Amino acid sequence: MPLIKDSQIVEDPWTTLEDEAPLTPGVWPIVSLERWQAERESLMEAGVPIGLRLRSDQSPRLIAEESEHFTVIALEFPKFTDGRPYSSARLLRERYGFKGELRAAGHVLRDQALFLVRCGFDAFEVPADISPDAWRAALARITVRYQAAADARSTAARLRRRPAPPVKPAVHCRDEEPTAAAWAY
Amino acid sequence: MYRYDEFDRILVEERVEQFREQVARRLSGEIGEEEFKPLRLMNGLYLQLHAYMLRVAVPYGTLSSRQMRKLAAISRRYDRGYGHFTTRQNIQYNWPKLEEAPDILADLAEVEMHAIQTSGNCIRNVTADHFAGAAADEIEDPRVAAEAIRQWSSLHPEFSFLPRKFKLAVTGAPNDRAAVQFHDIGLQIVRDARGQTGFKVIVGGGLGRTPIIGATIREFLPKRHLLSYLEAILRVYNELGRRDNIYKARIKILVKDIGAEAFARQVEEEWLNLKDRSIDLPEEEMKRIESYFAPPPFENLAAVSAAFEAKRFEDRDFARWVQRNVEAHKAPGYAIVTVSLKPEGGVPGDATAQQMEAVANLAEDFGFDEIRVSHEQNLVLPHVRQADLYAVWQGLVAADLAAANLGLISDIIACPGLDYCNLANARSIPVAQRIGRRFAAIERQHDIGGLKLKISGCINACGHHHVGHIGILGVDKKGQEFYQITLGGSADHNAALGRIVGPAFSTETVVDAVETIVDTYIGLRQDGEGFNDALSRVGFDPFKEKLYAAH
Repeated sequence: MPLIKDSQIVEDPWTTLEDEAPLTPGVWPIVSLERWQAERESLMEAGVPIGLRLRSDQSPRLIAEESEHFTVIALEFPKFTDGRPYSSARLLRERYGFKGELRAAGHVLRDQALFLVRCGFDAFEVPADISPDAWRAALARITVRYQAAADARSTAARLRRRPAPPVKPAVHCRDEEPTAAAWAY
Repeated sequence: MYRYDEFDRILVEERVEQFREQVARRLSGEIGEEEFKPLRLMNGLYLQLHAYMLRVAVPYGTLSSRQMRKLAAISRRYDRGYGHFTTRQNIQYNWPKLEEAPDILADLAEVEMHAIQTSGNCIRNVTADHFAGAAADEIEDPRVAAEAIRQWSSLHPEFSFLPRKFKLAVTGAPNDRAAVQFHDIGLQIVRDARGQTGFKVIVGGGLGRTPIIGATIREFLPKRHLLSYLEAILRVYNELGRRDNIYKARIKILVKDIGAEAFARQVEEEWLNLKDRSIDLPEEEMKRIESYFAPPPFENLAAVSAAFEAKRFEDRDFARWVQRNVEAHKAPGYAIVTVSLKPEGGVPGDATAQQMEAVANLAEDFGFDEIRVSHEQNLVLPHVRQADLYAVWQGLVAADLAAANLGLISDIIACPGLDYCNLANARSIPVAQRIGRRFAAIERQHDIGGLKLKISGCINACGHHHVGHIGILGVDKKGQEFYQITLGGSADHNAALGRIVGPAFSTETVVDAVETIVDTYIGLRQDGEGFNDALSRVGFDPFKEKLYAAH
């Protein structure tokens, strides 16, 4: 699965480990919640960054106090219509302060791109037929945000309260259209 | 009325182009039906028995004349010259083409309309009391909250893939005309002891296969916290609602399974973490929305118009129509007009393009340019001067819209049924039409008095049969259409679910059965008591005896 970050295909330095597979030196593992819970101590002492993979029926509330131990948390969409990972992502970002990579895994489609980003995902395991351009286009498709979420973009309600632009000077030179910066309040 | 600003306008336009691209990918075969289905549903496009169906949102049932004219124009240009007003205050077109759907949405965007989230497992178009801003018993206009909810719920990034569909309704009056106890979330504006207004929050109501009256999880929510509280409810539901069985996936099942109190505790706990996270709209933004719903410039009129009273005296047909279809208004000298979309033998909720235009003209000439769609599938002119009622009525007569049957037995709610719907077990519309013809004599209907009859073509209950005084449910018995009858339901503030009276009736006998029930009621009612009052006094037995004695 190609990995998209910052709208680019990037090399994936992580390996999703089966629960029985041994840790290998130099390999950054993404482990299941079950394995994390069973082998917490040894994983933390392994000397490699650790990633965690949560199924959609595994709430991040289960690792609320532990999220700082993970460099990556991958949230799995078994089907793209399973919307639980969106809530999981917002909880991790907004409540538990998770600052690492939040990865959308499983059945991920371009039509979810904006929802994913708005909920705090910043890495996406996508099917091979989705080009970075298509992904970028999907993200740019809708620019208005009605509701606050995990992203920093201003909501319509906030933008509505912007101070009005300054009154143009009485003598206005046609060649000098105000630049964007001049209007950015 | 709410008017779009640049943000609302841009969002709807961007959504049209997004859908145009999604349709193009579907038509080119780049995506299959399985992936396309949730995308088209979130834009109101269903695949029905014979064709696509497009459901257009009428947020909280409010339309301007210009919007109504556009709906008429769309029905002419892309459909068969009519539309169907639904029990969720929306309008459906039954024959659009997939490749034209983006063009229809673009036409709608021109008049600040869309089909966003009229279907799919997301927060659906919000409904409200169709008499909002006009009703004499209103505490506050529910549309301010409804518009805030419309914006908050549109393309909500967290709640666009819920376990199942999610419906909200808001009322601002104690007499519930929005059926708030039968929604996933029902909100009722109430006053607390200090006179402050806020919301009573009801969750987990609904009809369908498992009809349940909603549970109140909060008696009073301060208005400023509305959206964060809704977000808490939705998050608990999104995380915990069942996804293994679509018949168990609605929030009502979750609330029932864990109990309303436990559910309320989880919501409150979640809300404590959310309520200060800038989810709620700032006061200025609420004020901005509120300003759009300021009352129209009512004239200072006498409480009673002499001209109106005179016409009522002179013209019996007019008087009869006034008696049923006109309600008291909060402003002196004004009235609320309900335009019945249930003409004798017609399809409940259908209106032709000409009829839509006739209503648009009347609203423009006599009603401050405002029209409402009611969840009982009628149209409303909410602000008409009493002195203009006669002219309005004449206009309605000319458009074949003057049926004086509001709330009477022929004012039937019916789902599209097997004539259109691929879920249905039986036809609904022909049964409604036959009942309408059987009780065609308007004097007889007035003698019977208020009686709510509702028909669903399958257990999904789109025709709300559970809450009809008389409910009819189409069932399939070995390939034959049969109809089960329930009695005693109610969707208003005395919410109740009807109970099955006995074995189902065949297509041939169901109308006779309804007539038997009505005649039995007429025979035993005392002092003009209503159907449900009579039923609770005498019980089911007298009805059963009459219905099944001969069998």
